[in-house]
Amino acid sequence: MSSTLAPNKTTPAPRVITTEPRFTDKVFRAVVTTGGMISLVLLGLIGFFLVYNGFGAMREAGLSFLTGFDWVDAVPEENQPAAYGVGAMLYGTIVTGILAMLMGVPIAVGTALFLSYYAPEWLKKPMVVIVDVMAAIPSIVYGLWGYFVLMPHAEYWAKLIHKYFGFIPFFDMPAPVFTRSPFIAGMVLAIMITPIVTAVSREVFAQTPLERIQAAYALGATKWSMIKAVVIPYGRGGVIGGAMLGLGRALGETVAVYTVLNLVYDIRIEVLLSAGGSVASMIVNKFGEADSVELQALMAAGFVLFLVTLAVNFVANTIINKTARE
Amino acid sequence: MSQTVLMMKPQRPWKLTPKQILPDAIGALFTVAATLLLVAITPLKGKLGFALVLIAMAITTVTAISWIRRDRKAAMNSTTTVLVYIAASFVIIPLASVLYEIVRLGANALSFGMFTADMSQTASDSPLNEGGLLHALIGTAYVVTFATILSTPIGVLTALYIVEVKGRFAGVVRFFVQAMSGVPSIVAGLFIFAVWMVQLGNAYSAVAGAFALTVLMIPTVARTSEEVLKLIPGDLREAGLALGATQWRTVAMVIIPAAKSGLITAVILGIARVVGETAPLLLTIGGADAVNLNPLEGNMSAFPYHVWKNLLIGSENAISRAWQGVFVLMVIVLIFFALARYFGAVKGNKK
Amino acid sequence: MSNQEDSQNPNNRKADMSQVTGKQESGTTSRTQAANPVATHSLSDVANARSAKQGQPIVGATGLEARNIHAWFGSKHVLEDISMDFFSGTVTALIGPSGCGKSTFIRILNRMHEFIPTAALAGQVILDGKDVYEPGVDVTKIRLRVGMVFQKPNPFPSMTIKENVLSGLRLAQIKISNADELLESCLKRAGLWNEVKDRLDEYGGALSGGQQQRLCIARSLAVNPQVLLMDEPCSALDPGSTLRIEETIRELSSSMSIVIVTHNMQQAARVSDFTGFFLSDGGPGRLIECSTTSEIFTNPKEKQTEDYVSGRFG
Repeated sequence: MSSTLAPNKTTPAPRVITTEPRFTDKVFRAVVTTGGMISLVLLGLIGFFLVYNGFGAMREAGLSFLTGFDWVDAVPEENQPAAYGVGAMLYGTIVTGILAMLMGVPIAVGTALFLSYYAPEWLKKPMVVIVDVMAAIPSIVYGLWGYFVLMPHAEYWAKLIHKYFGFIPFFDMPAPVFTRSPFIAGMVLAIMITPIVTAVSREVFAQTPLERIQAAYALGATKWSMIKAVVIPYGRGGVIGGAMLGLGRALGETVAVYTVLNLVYDIRIEVLLSAGGSVASMIVNKFGEADSVELQALMAAGFVLFLVTLAVNFVANTIINKTARE
Repeated sequence: MSQTVLMMKPQRPWKLTPKQILPDAIGALFTVAATLLLVAITPLKGKLGFALVLIAMAITTVTAISWIRRDRKAAMNSTTTVLVYIAASFVIIPLASVLYEIVRLGANALSFGMFTADMSQTASDSPLNEGGLLHALIGTAYVVTFATILSTPIGVLTALYIVEVKGRFAGVVRFFVQAMSGVPSIVAGLFIFAVWMVQLGNAYSAVAGAFALTVLMIPTVARTSEEVLKLIPGDLREAGLALGATQWRTVAMVIIPAAKSGLITAVILGIARVVGETAPLLLTIGGADAVNLNPLEGNMSAFPYHVWKNLLIGSENAISRAWQGVFVLMVIVLIFFALARYFGAVKGNKK
Repeated sequence: MSNQEDSQNPNNRKADMSQVTGKQESGTTSRTQAANPVATHSLSDVANARSAKQGQPIVGATGLEARNIHAWFGSKHVLEDISMDFFSGTVTALIGPSGCGKSTFIRILNRMHEFIPTAALAGQVILDGKDVYEPGVDVTKIRLRVGMVFQKPNPFPSMTIKENVLSGLRLAQIKISNADELLESCLKRAGLWNEVKDRLDEYGGALSGGQQQRLCIARSLAVNPQVLLMDEPCSALDPGSTLRIEETIRELSSSMSIVIVTHNMQQAARVSDFTGFFLSDGGPGRLIECSTTSEIFTNPKEKQTEDYVSGRFG
């Protein structure tokens, strides 16, 4: 524009603006930063101390700590060294977690769809309160209820499943003991993770762009074809993230599982059988009478659990953060 | 102009008329009748059998009606509608059962001496008119109070760091806080055990339990506070700064008062989360039977621990005590829950 | 179905229609207009120039009729006694200041009004002799016959261009044997075929604003509507895309009725055969005047209409 007027004119460089904060602000920032960093530091400390204390056991056992199934104390009289392995418990944790997801996620997503698109106005608020109350119930309450109230019913259902579907290896029963099985534990966990998955799914559904929904309806869609065409493609990531958050919660659950799961140090695929594993429950189980050697092993087990839940939550949060940004 | 136009009444012709609902009502009756019939003649019995058949019949009937009345597209729509309603009822049923059983089994176990006696002189197995929960009450009060005192400043400062100061590591901190909220409660207990007991050689105490609960409470407080602070419009901050205030004064005198009820909600939510936590306490407080007024020394009890102990003993009276403890614990949780909603609503109305 | 066949032989169709409506093919019109540019810019000149070349529109069969429509949101009365006839083969523009209920009105025509929880209405909307609000009517079928294009282009980003165009069929679960032919014809009618024919498998979000809006038009065409409602379709677009879409509207009007809400009076003058002027004086919106476009802009009967089209307010 001005090239014909001032051919030698060049654009000046932007000025550097510096602000020297006042002393009180410097203090303020320092205090706040310290507070903020504490969270960072804490998480690192957790990992560090668990490793530091569990290191001995892990080094002793080597890789068999992860793969070994037994958890035997040393018997010094017979010169038998301790053999600690979380393999069976880790497998059990993962199995109950997956069972919880299989049973809980469809219900939770269905409820989220119900609240977002199907519920009449007068029912929405009460149902949201119901879901929130479910989230607030402490896990020990679920543990008690699971053992005394749910398990008799669940036992009956397990028997039915075995009767009609027993040909599938998962539902086979080497021994007819149906109480305190991964199936029942998975059921209790499913109820516990429902609120989280529902809440995250609802948030995602609420963010579905209204214009796409209107476009689908204007083309003659029914409610379900609209959901299939617009809501699900948009919300898929968020719902998956929510499901993984639920999985993370289920993997770390302790007392709710303890009552309804019989800890057996062996890997089995029959989920209806009264034999399962959970790292968290095992830690609680063994803690009371553990000597220093076993304590090390328990620390190591805790570290393994820490890593697994951290990984699952990391993936879940990444997915959720990514979809939130779109 | 429009004097001759009749005053029209607003109508909603899209709402279902009784005539349209009639086939649905008939379908519902048919479903129930068919279910009863099927339950009678097949081996599917009991409450579960009834429920299963009812669900299957409901889906079939609704789908068939829609298909006949309209077409496949409408039928699929109706099927999914029924499924979604079923999913929602699957959520209501367990909660109703939990609350019902707590009231049924717990209310019966309430005793007059509940809040005045502890279990130091009574065996768990003895009848319920002896002993009480006082030790658990005091223990929970100590542990939760200390945890709140520790985690509130850290949580709020973290939120301030992320939202107000927006330091270089804000994104990292936020991510770590998110990660921390996924730490299993038993790992938090193990951590404090490793540091406080093993490393520093202390014994069981209430403060150890408080530390463990702090680890769990900080993420809740921080994340809720962060959301609350984010809701404060930027104009408020700009107004404060434009008046020549330092950032510190803007935050302390403008932002925090504006976010006050939201921050209170954040703290209450944190409390509600940890008041029922069991696993971390099992590893850190030792579970006494007697009232212990010293939070720094000596075994301490707490509600979850009390319930746990009695559950493991397993006799009839002990189980009753467990339900008694659960009842009181649930009342406490629901009180905090209601408080959180109350303060959250106040925040909503003020906007 | 005959619409689809004819649209593939546009020359046949347009020749026939020109005898009914007196309009010439839009292709010729635009070239003529470019050769003899209108010297002044007043609305009446534009409207008159248009009808001078195309003759007065001849009223064709009634496609959609609104009778005594009233609308409420809760207790707030927002539309009062609107009656309009939308003839097939014509374009009707709805003009008026913002907030006087034009968008509400067209949403009543395709039964999207009822999605708002407090909505209520009175009156009838007659499509092919039957009231679309009669109890027992399949509302999704109505929306197939009365399509809508929105102000902000909203193609489905999770679908490719091809899937977007055919999405209406998928949502309605209509199966056809010649999907590719339909795809091409809809995109051609929307004026988008040449630009996307080589990238039909790309995702719908990658197009420019004007292209996205034409994609939405093609999508609405795929289900073969009798009436196409357009709610300010060009207000989010640049002038070049706007003119392109206006051409599309003119071409489409030969095979269906088009109702277009617009704030842009020049657009109404360029594109429509009939115009309805809505106004609200703080109360419910009313249809002040409705007649042919050239009359509205040249010789309006009501003073309020004249004040509006001459720019004295709004």
